[in-house]
Amino acid sequence: MGEPKLDLLQGTLDVMVLQTLEVLGPLHGYGIARRIEQVSGNQVLLNQGTIYASLVRLQQRGWITAKWGTSDNNRKAKFYGITRLGQKQLVKDTAYWQRLAAVMGRVLAMQGEGGEQ
Amino acid sequence: MRYSLREAWNRVHAFFRSDQLDQEVIEEMASHLEMAVADNIRRGMSREEARRQALVRFGGVEQALEQHRESRGLPWVDVLVQDLRFTFRKLRRDSGFAVVSVLILALGIGANIAVFSVVNTILLRPLPFRGPEQLVRIVEKDPKAGESSKTYTADATQDFEQQNHSFQSVSGYFAFTGPDNFKLVGNGQPIPATGILAAESFFQTLGVQPVLGRLFRSEEFVQHAQPVALLSYPFWKRRLGGDPSIVGKAINLSNTSVVVIGVLPDTFDFGSVFSPGAKVDLFVPYIMDDFRDDGNDLALVGRLKPGVTLAEAQSEADQLFPQLYFEHKHPEYGKGYTGQLTGLKEYVSGKLRRSLIVLWCAVGLILLIVCVNLSNLLLARAAARSKEFAMRRALGARRGRLVRQLLTESLVLAAVGGALGLGLAYIVLSYLAHQGSIALPLLAMVRVDGTVLEWTLLTAIGAAVLFGSAPGLSMSAGNLQEVLKDSGPGVSEGRKRDRMRSTLVVTEIALACVLLVGAGLLLRSFLRVLDIDLGFEASHAAAISVDDSDGGNAAKRAAIWQEVTSRSLMIPGVESAGISDNLPMSRNRSWGIAAKGEQKRDDLGYLPVFVYIVSPGYLKAMGMRLMEGRDLNWDDVSNNRNVVIINQTVARKLWPGQHSVGRTALIGGTEAQVIGVIADVRESSAEDNAGAQMYLPATKQFGPEGANLVVRSKLPPATLAMSVMHTLREINPGQSATEFKPIQGLVDHATSPRRFFVLLVGTFAGLGLLLASLGIYGVISYSVTRQTQEIGIRMALGATQSWVQLDVIRNTLRLTLVGIAVGIIASLLLARLIASLLFQTAPSDPLTFVGMVALLGVVALLAGYLPARRASKIDPMVALRTN
Repeated sequence: MGEPKLDLLQGTLDVMVLQTLEVLGPLHGYGIARRIEQVSGNQVLLNQGTIYASLVRLQQRGWITAKWGTSDNNRKAKFYGITRLGQKQLVKDTAYWQRLAAVMGRVLAMQGEGGEQ
Repeated sequence: MRYSLREAWNRVHAFFRSDQLDQEVIEEMASHLEMAVADNIRRGMSREEARRQALVRFGGVEQALEQHRESRGLPWVDVLVQDLRFTFRKLRRDSGFAVVSVLILALGIGANIAVFSVVNTILLRPLPFRGPEQLVRIVEKDPKAGESSKTYTADATQDFEQQNHSFQSVSGYFAFTGPDNFKLVGNGQPIPATGILAAESFFQTLGVQPVLGRLFRSEEFVQHAQPVALLSYPFWKRRLGGDPSIVGKAINLSNTSVVVIGVLPDTFDFGSVFSPGAKVDLFVPYIMDDFRDDGNDLALVGRLKPGVTLAEAQSEADQLFPQLYFEHKHPEYGKGYTGQLTGLKEYVSGKLRRSLIVLWCAVGLILLIVCVNLSNLLLARAAARSKEFAMRRALGARRGRLVRQLLTESLVLAAVGGALGLGLAYIVLSYLAHQGSIALPLLAMVRVDGTVLEWTLLTAIGAAVLFGSAPGLSMSAGNLQEVLKDSGPGVSEGRKRDRMRSTLVVTEIALACVLLVGAGLLLRSFLRVLDIDLGFEASHAAAISVDDSDGGNAAKRAAIWQEVTSRSLMIPGVESAGISDNLPMSRNRSWGIAAKGEQKRDDLGYLPVFVYIVSPGYLKAMGMRLMEGRDLNWDDVSNNRNVVIINQTVARKLWPGQHSVGRTALIGGTEAQVIGVIADVRESSAEDNAGAQMYLPATKQFGPEGANLVVRSKLPPATLAMSVMHTLREINPGQSATEFKPIQGLVDHATSPRRFFVLLVGTFAGLGLLLASLGIYGVISYSVTRQTQEIGIRMALGATQSWVQLDVIRNTLRLTLVGIAVGIIASLLLARLIASLLFQTAPSDPLTFVGMVALLGVVALLAGYLPARRASKIDPMVALRTN
């Protein structure tokens, strides 16, 4: 781990959570956090605790629902699932992030080949 | 949008379920950690390491919980509630400080609200009429002869109304109505009532609609029409029991049956707009044909047509008025008026603008002093609390958070102070609104309204920010380490804060100095006004209005007047008695007078002169001084002799440098012999110079307007009133229960605006002085407490008690002198602004300056002396042992 971890941009965590739930179905907080860490190849700087602020925010917006349940190893845990509204939002957010990434890529590429300074 | 609404709702919901949500998320996080620990163990870590790693990855349970709260609830409310709770806890612990600051603030804010309400009512709020900006008052350009030259004849009024193109309507009212000119005759004793004669369309011009019934109609303005009356709301409520079916009923007014046609709204207060301090009970039609021969008696009000400016109307008036005849029947009386148009609002309150602004500034200064004082109190507290704050910052509190905490404290203090101040102001205003004795226009309409509430809020918040920011900044800017190192009382404070507090005290003293000097100047002016030779003796004399019972017959009137005066003189204790139609400093009217053979004064050859129709003995009863000649006697009256008594001004103008007694004057075409000259009497106000006056007997030629019996006696007015009323009832059983008015009351009424301002500014100055001395006391006392140990050491090293005392006093003196120096300079600059409010007092009046500065100095030294005495009583052993 030579490189420092990536700081999460504002709002990125919410999208990651939505995507995780969309792909993997209902999960508890710990599961979501672990999943994001694994997928990102441990590159994001994520205090797992921050996931709960994101979860309650998404819940209040009506994008995910929560239900108490039991985990694999028989522990009481809250399970989160994406809603229809959440799925719609995810489509929007995905498009947004892809556009942003493409634009950033182009802009940075331009700087790379242009010889100005 | 739908989302944010939903979210807002959820956040509010979450805010109120905070505890439950906390519980849930704590549970959730606990299970999260357990799962992480279990995973780590499975990966081969020791139990301890697994737990450590899990916690590291989780990143702080408390922060996560805090983040959770922030993203689900209403974080700013949370902080506010926290701050408020903390503030109340702090203030309860420090209740002395809280009570003192709230009281100071209540006084400062309350005074501001009260003055603002008065300013708002008199200056800012539009008049309570429809389209008030279109209303215009019309008077002569050079009103040198009192009310008579502010009025017009019936003919001139009608001509102007018909010829002008600027006004929708022009109307007016009879300007010479005395109080209690009617009596309401009912079952019991007649009740005196004041009725105004209003010309046609007077109420339509003002835009006043009756609450009951209707306004006057044209057919009611012709001679011998059925007499009708409009009632004022209070009169209807009080005297007629608010009878809802009053319209159409007849009431007995001065033995005439008058039909009530309507009741005017409560909001219409004629007196407060047109005749400050007077109460008006009813209105009757001013029938032009009854007054055609009576000279100028209509006060004019006009409503401009939409789109016509005052300047346009003025230029038209400048052309029309000089062409107007005084009387159509007598074109030989000539023509030629002038007309000065002034917006009604400006006419009513324009003269008061400067006084009110001064008052407003004075009360603003008070608020400033209050803020400075509180700043100082808070700084002292801040010094005591600096450790607490440094500690909180060291523990990670952001600076903004601390400043916010401090501002919350200030706002809470200001809010409580403001609420209390509003209560104070409400009491003061209710009192003021019912003070008929203060001759300020519109004052009766003063009340706490929406604007006033907004102003209160603004003042309170402004004050809070002002006095809260200084300590806030100084505290949060401090160097952490320095503060933490600083070890409490005993060690002299940092110089920086000390200087700040001293600056504040100096400011306070300077502000108080300005207030005191201003109040001193106004007070001196007021004393000068009271000192004026009015030309009559106001004390030990009283007047009562005598009802007409002569039926317009001059001979009968003479007999009645003689009987009234002679019988009054028989009342034990009465020294002198006499009758006059007009009293000084109340209403007035003027006629013309000329010296026979050389009537070349003014355009018409006549000098406008105030006229009083009096009985023999009146001059003596009023305490007026006869300089030459003799008083009237009953022979003059019974023989219808045309005689006149003039004042010195008239004598000087008509026969300069010569004896005037025995000469012949021309009064409205009648020849009259001058029999006496009296010293000038201030007839309209104490402050204006006396004008020309003459006193005529009530003969056939000269008709009085009503009758006021004046008696001079050392008896208490209440006793006197009873016997005088008894005598009047014996002569005329129909005499109504008119008020017995001390002549001093007339003078007080005339000087009441000045008294009002002096009283208020004086109160504010006193308050400023008190607050400034409190400030000095606080600062000096505080520094003594802080230096207890230092003083103890000095005393142990041989400093004497008096040396210590002197040292503290020297400190006080230094602050006071600087403050006074700044104050004097500021006062000299500001006093020029109030020069026009002063009466025979220079803005730089040395006596006032010296007096006020001495007063301030003495009070300041006293405030510093108390802590100095305490300092000198310090026992070095005790001082050194503590800590």
